[in-house]
Amino acid sequence: MKIVVASGKGGTGKSTVAANLAYSLIDLQPVTLVDCDVEVPNLHLFFNPEPAIKEVFTTIPKIDSDLCTLCGDCGRFCRYGALTVLKDRVLVFEKMCHACGGCMIVCPEKAISECNYAVGRVEYSNPLPGLRLISGFLKEGEVLAPRVIKDAKAAAESDDLVIIDSSPGIACPVIEAMDEADFCILVTESTPFGLHDLDLAVGVTKSLGLKAGIIINRSDGSDEDVREYCRKMDLPVLLTIPFSREIASVQNRGDLIGEKLLGWKEQFAGVYKECLELCGVDE
Amino acid sequence: MKICVTSKGAGADSAVEQRFGRSPFFVFVDSESGESKSVENPLVNESGGVGPRAVQLISGEGADVIITGQLGGNATAALQASGMKVFAYSGTGTVAEAVAQYKEGGLRQLI
Repeated sequence: MKIVVASGKGGTGKSTVAANLAYSLIDLQPVTLVDCDVEVPNLHLFFNPEPAIKEVFTTIPKIDSDLCTLCGDCGRFCRYGALTVLKDRVLVFEKMCHACGGCMIVCPEKAISECNYAVGRVEYSNPLPGLRLISGFLKEGEVLAPRVIKDAKAAAESDDLVIIDSSPGIACPVIEAMDEADFCILVTESTPFGLHDLDLAVGVTKSLGLKAGIIINRSDGSDEDVREYCRKMDLPVLLTIPFSREIASVQNRGDLIGEKLLGWKEQFAGVYKECLELCGVDE
Repeated sequence: MKICVTSKGAGADSAVEQRFGRSPFFVFVDSESGESKSVENPLVNESGGVGPRAVQLISGEGADVIITGQLGGNATAALQASGMKVFAYSGTGTVAEAVAQYKEGGLRQLI
């Protein structure tokens, strides 16, 4: 079972939900928590792990200047603008390259090979019994977030229960995080901004054919607009987390409400149960 | 010498385009004969990476000098390596007027 936590809008509480959901299930079965918000990963702050580290590489073209005739075919082929053929040399723009390998195919002189280019790292740890934490970190200034997300998710490939924390937004990194998930929890807040961006995220899950449910976070009790939207879109509301000082203060210390506040562990375990039911999986 | 001007249309009577990589046309003017050749830019509607690709296109046409409005970061890096000189034209005039102003030494050099 792979559950991805997404939101559209930033700051709605994806990491809070992902971390607490994972924590609340470790007594029942081993859980792997994957932080795919690779530009600003922060799940590790809840768990203080001592991780093992592995670098993430992409490939970029390497030009053999002895073989290259400066014909320009590679530069005309690359739609990302990663290669510019000038009169006396070929420029490689590493950050523009999507590692498709097409330049190697179109080069009539076979003057292009691939070389590794580091874009980030993945950290692996076991911060609690029954909990595996895998965190992706994109290198500062790099843009290939999906590459790091792929490696982070691949590390959890053979695990039974995987909870994936995605980045906000609805672009490539989010789609990469959602890829091959069984269920999507969308975390929203009862503001016009939360609802607007929730609708965008729902659009992505529908395009991907991904089943989804909603968690309303920081609820002040007047959630009618979100609930009405969920009814209209046939989306179950899995949980409502109130806007309370008690919850905020636990969260602000970097602690888990599933651990520190009575009843929340059971609430999150209930969310998981409902996810299973909605996916038609028997426990 | 061949001067490339980013342009809104074909021909030296067209208005200068401020954008570089997404300029609709590149007009190449021979500074000695005054003859011009217009090349429609195939990159106008591309999603990204147009700067470095436009540099290859213009370099391939054998330009020595480029007159345009603004340059992005990747285009700048490619142009710096290209050996071509780049001058800024911020007016609303035609390609021919921009070339005339360049010849008088009235344009600021970017690269």
